[in-house]
Amino acid sequence: MTGIKRRTFLTGSLAGAALGATAGAFPRFTWAQSGDKIRIGTILDLSGPFQPFGTQKKRCLDLAVEEINQKGGLLGRQLELVSYDAQSNNQLYAQYATQLGLRDKVSVVQAALQSSSREVIRPILRRSNTLYFYNTPYEGGVCDRNTFSTGTTPGQLLANMLPFMINRFGKKIYVLAADYNFGQLSEKWTRKLAKDHGGEVIASEFFPLDVAQFGPSISKIQGAKPDFIVNTFVGPAHAAFYGQWTAAGMKKQIPIASQTFGEGGEIQRMPPEVSDGIFVCYSYMDEIDTPANQAFIQKFKAKYGADYGYLGDLSMSEYMGIYLWAEGVKKAGKLDRNDVIKALESNISLDMPGGKVTIDPATHHCIFDMYLAVAGTDRKFKILQKFPQERPTNPGNECDLVKNPNTNTQFEAKI
Amino acid sequence: MDFAAIVVIQVLYAIASLALISLGLAIIFGMMRVINFAHGEFLMLGGYAVLLPVEAGVNLWLAMLVIAPVTVGLFGIVVERIIIRPLYGRIVETVLATWGLSLLMIGLASEIIGYYQAGAAPPLGTVQIGFYREGAYTFFVIGITAVIFVAVYLFLRRTRFGLIALGTMQNADMAAALGVNVNRVYAATFGLGAALSGLAGAIMAPIAGVVPIIGITYIAKAFITVIGGGTVFLAGTAAASVLFGTITQVVTFLSTSFGEVALLVVAVVLLHLLPEGITGRFLRRGL
Repeated sequence: MTGIKRRTFLTGSLAGAALGATAGAFPRFTWAQSGDKIRIGTILDLSGPFQPFGTQKKRCLDLAVEEINQKGGLLGRQLELVSYDAQSNNQLYAQYATQLGLRDKVSVVQAALQSSSREVIRPILRRSNTLYFYNTPYEGGVCDRNTFSTGTTPGQLLANMLPFMINRFGKKIYVLAADYNFGQLSEKWTRKLAKDHGGEVIASEFFPLDVAQFGPSISKIQGAKPDFIVNTFVGPAHAAFYGQWTAAGMKKQIPIASQTFGEGGEIQRMPPEVSDGIFVCYSYMDEIDTPANQAFIQKFKAKYGADYGYLGDLSMSEYMGIYLWAEGVKKAGKLDRNDVIKALESNISLDMPGGKVTIDPATHHCIFDMYLAVAGTDRKFKILQKFPQERPTNPGNECDLVKNPNTNTQFEAKI
Repeated sequence: MDFAAIVVIQVLYAIASLALISLGLAIIFGMMRVINFAHGEFLMLGGYAVLLPVEAGVNLWLAMLVIAPVTVGLFGIVVERIIIRPLYGRIVETVLATWGLSLLMIGLASEIIGYYQAGAAPPLGTVQIGFYREGAYTFFVIGITAVIFVAVYLFLRRTRFGLIALGTMQNADMAAALGVNVNRVYAATFGLGAALSGLAGAIMAPIAGVVPIIGITYIAKAFITVIGGGTVFLAGTAAASVLFGTITQVVTFLSTSFGEVALLVVAVVLLHLLPEGITGRFLRRGL
């Protein structure tokens, strides 16, 4: 939590008062000092059930800000992160988003893990004319000129993972998903994209986030006999599924493709008997074997320890968010929101640890490489296939913010 | 037919897991009237008291059935001495103190153990029931819960210490007048509750996984079960587990999303009809 500490506040105001009395010519000296820094706002879950995700995402933000500051900052000014802990509570997201937009007057907000949190703060930030970056893989389709997203969309994730699974295992899909907008809308996209690629969703189940007992579902899946499972599990309770699935002896019977597995360190936490063989598809994986990524991982380890856990694209997207925004500011030459948006819409492209990343002007989402991987017995993912420079466009997506800058909606799958 | 068998097994499992995670709280809250908001974290600690030794090469069953309850039991005795004892009879302060303890334990576990601690694989293999497979561990959970309940019942009813503990909770002044060291009895009983919580957390660890915040998924259900059970804490907790477990699991088979909702709805209706819990009207002479 930030805000003004009492001691610094007192010193600051005393110094200000003293200066005001003695040197009337510079009455706002102390304020000019603190105003010199460019402020970036962030709201993440640093405590509560989503703490493991939020903590790791925050580290990526910190690292990006630190790197930029070491290279001399942005427009000759240092960056400063104004950070709030939303405690996995969407009400606090609303409160802090209002504070960031109206009181802290930050230049950009890079925030939120859950799609539900994003939908709480997106309208608030749009109203207060505060540029917003959502840096999390999600159900896609947000079309809002004020919002940029560095996370993957179904057009990048499901559209690559589903054909791979259908070709390898068969057509019948059983969907298990978290019971809120991320899971619900992802399930719709799974149905739509499965159909487009000759597959079929035979059943879908939705789980509130605190469900940790999956016995009945595991029995139902056995009854339905799908060729594979697609899951959109979220949070620590849902992770209990994998152990119960293994205990029921189902792991060797029906393969699993997951939209989320591994991004909360599941692969380190679960024994290989439970985790190996789960398929995933992400825009970044710590295992990517390129010099750029090795260098990044070394740097991250140096800062946070060799046992830093796992980043995945869930956390890497935060790092990308800061750099892409900074690139936009550099190109615009100023912090004005409109000018930065225009600069970000001019095909800005950067080499990031996971490969080349370009902002797609029409959708405000990113074009990047996607990696299909499977969890191995060594607590690491094995990358099986790379899909280069995948576009964020979802099938049938009408989002074009260059042509229609006033659009403010989320496009869903049409079945 | 085999599906019916699976449903019955799953219902029994739901009852057992609810009873298991609530038993420690039944002792500490039901019997001692101490509102322990750190109950979920006692379960978490029990989980880690399995995972860390197993990671170091200790046998899973030894860690689960001995190390975990002993560790959490001793931890409970320390907590009782430092935090609970000065606050007996002061409900609001106890709530705040144990809530603080809960946050502290989550914070410490996050800092020290973190979110990348390797887990243990569920042991025992699977059982084939007609077309369906069921983890043998499911039967183990059902069986051991029954054993634990019977053992706790016999311990409290048939041993000298058990009777003294029950008497002390009923009337501490009278027990003291008869020469019982009340403080020691309170500490030991709290330790017993903590040990049972540790055992429960340990038993759940291989199939539910353990993270520093896992307690959040247990605490509400445990409190609802013990409160639904009413004043006769052991029979009440068992009866409430049967009621809530059965309804939740049957509803879950019909619709996954409503299983947890059903638990809350049943609890609300139950407490409306029987404000003192199930044992306010039934099983009043049990334990």
